[in-house]
Amino acid sequence: MHKRLMDKPWFAVICMIGAVLVVWYIAALLLNGNQLINTLERKKVAWSYSHIVTEAYGIKRPPLPVPHQIAAELYKTVFDTKVTSKRSLLYHTQITLNSTLLGFTLGVFLGILIAVGIVHNRTLEASLMPWVIASQTIPILAIAPIIVVVLGAINLTGLVPKSLISMYLSFFPVTIGMVKGLRAADKLHSELLMTYNASARQVFWKLRWFAAQPYLFASLKIAIAAALVGAIVAELPTGAQGGLGSRLLSGSYYGQTVQIWSALVMSALLGCLLVWLVTLMESWVLKRRGLTV
Amino acid sequence: MNQASVMTNNSLSKHVLKMWVAVLLILAQFSLVMTNPVGFYQEHGGWLLLFLLLALFASGYLMQMLTTYIDGQDAIAKICSFVVPSLFAAAMLLVWESIVKGFDVPLVLLPAPSGIGVAFINNLPTLWADFQQTYLKSVVVGYVLGCSLGFIAAQCVVQSRFLQNGLLPLGNFMSSIPIVGIAPVMVMWFGFDWPSKAAVVVIMTFFPMLINTLAGLKSVDPLHADLMHTYAAKKGQFFLKNQLPQAMPFIFNALKINSTLALIGAIVAEFFGTPIVGMGFRISTEVGRMNMDMVWATILMAALAGSMSYGLLALVEKKITFWHPSIRGGR
Repeated sequence: MHKRLMDKPWFAVICMIGAVLVVWYIAALLLNGNQLINTLERKKVAWSYSHIVTEAYGIKRPPLPVPHQIAAELYKTVFDTKVTSKRSLLYHTQITLNSTLLGFTLGVFLGILIAVGIVHNRTLEASLMPWVIASQTIPILAIAPIIVVVLGAINLTGLVPKSLISMYLSFFPVTIGMVKGLRAADKLHSELLMTYNASARQVFWKLRWFAAQPYLFASLKIAIAAALVGAIVAELPTGAQGGLGSRLLSGSYYGQTVQIWSALVMSALLGCLLVWLVTLMESWVLKRRGLTV
Repeated sequence: MNQASVMTNNSLSKHVLKMWVAVLLILAQFSLVMTNPVGFYQEHGGWLLLFLLLALFASGYLMQMLTTYIDGQDAIAKICSFVVPSLFAAAMLLVWESIVKGFDVPLVLLPAPSGIGVAFINNLPTLWADFQQTYLKSVVVGYVLGCSLGFIAAQCVVQSRFLQNGLLPLGNFMSSIPIVGIAPVMVMWFGFDWPSKAAVVVIMTFFPMLINTLAGLKSVDPLHADLMHTYAAKKGQFFLKNQLPQAMPFIFNALKINSTLALIGAIVAEFFGTPIVGMGFRISTEVGRMNMDMVWATILMAALAGSMSYGLLALVEKKITFWHPSIRGGR
């Protein structure tokens, strides 16, 4: 019985989450407690360890906020404030989500387009493919502030510059996956189509597109996570326009650690939700074709 | 057979003439851009643009001709597979330079490639100092620490089914969240100098390494494992001679992913506060001063650093995993 419980995946996950929480509370006690002791000693106030332990989890701007503080902040900014208010975390999340989704959509279309071109044209493959790969060795997020400033100079502000960065980050996994996928068609099937004298377009729509679908979804999962990162980083230099990235930046300027951590948790939740949605779509599409995910 | 080769020779010589015309067209466009004063498209109207299109078409033709030689096995094919992408890049740069100079695009919007090159060379000392701060300190330290920690963790995790069940979902979770966001917290904990950036890099590189190494260590062929067993291999021998070599392609995959991630992490972390040196600092301050050519020069530096470390890793991978089908098979 005991052995079987140890082998269950969910039990391991719960243990891991528990371990993370325990470590978190201990680390918070050490970090926050030390800071508390320092300030108290500077003020020459007498203190005892039991006092510190009770106080350490309730500081206003702790070096490491504990989960229940973050949860309280999340509850306050999500449920207790109006969605339209700038204090609401949902308001900022929705801004980030918009640019993520726009960038993701653009990136997926661009990625598929490039992949189709590469698969059908040898010249395009020889000239473009090395640069597609090289483009990813460039730390493109560094360009984020430039794109935002440059497009701001020609009166393009808000959603578009941010989603361009998301687009850039998300097109690459799609291109690589689709080039692989479009070439993954069964050899027998493509030979059969050749005996039918099928045109390139017919081969694409009747065979290649379907062969590529499993690869496409694997890439989409990476791409949407990358698009979210792109949107958040792109919001760092834009300043006060809102979004999870600007919450991070303003939090770090004013030392509002609880705000930083709640924005972080929110972006983690958003990332998981987006990836989960893609997975859901994947299983729906692939199940209809009788494939298992 | 003989006739066929004569035929191809004839058509080849015809093509060679055309290709020389194409090269001349491109060179003509290049000299036009370099010699004319800025704003020539505005002054002379659209017909010069037609010339740019012609040059673009010529380079397209040239690339198409050269790709027909790529599929061979000889030296020409090797040269062509290098020349074609460079030609593509050169054509893109030429278009960029022509448009920016021809329409006299303001420097704030987009500097010309030549301007970026000049800024890069003029500011080499500053850029080198930034490179040292960001790359040689934060990136390298964080990268080495993060990757080796991930590798060691994978060694421990692979022994236990329980840890795998617990850590793999955590690793997948971490890959779907924007870890860069941890940067402000790290800056708060470890101060403005490079240790905080290295800490961000450690966290960003740890999980990809863990997941990939784990997948690699688990990919051991059961037949090989049985063979090692019949040889009565010790645990260390089993690891060194069987497990590690089989995991190498996975490990290099993670190393390559991480080389870009590390640079991104370090640069983004510098947006949250640094001493007055570093690539992220340079970008954010020069944007504020509208010194766009300097910003682009810094990006060029980052691009060079990123692609060089990637290329170096790819080279080492080729040497170490020479037996792997993806390298042995050529394409």
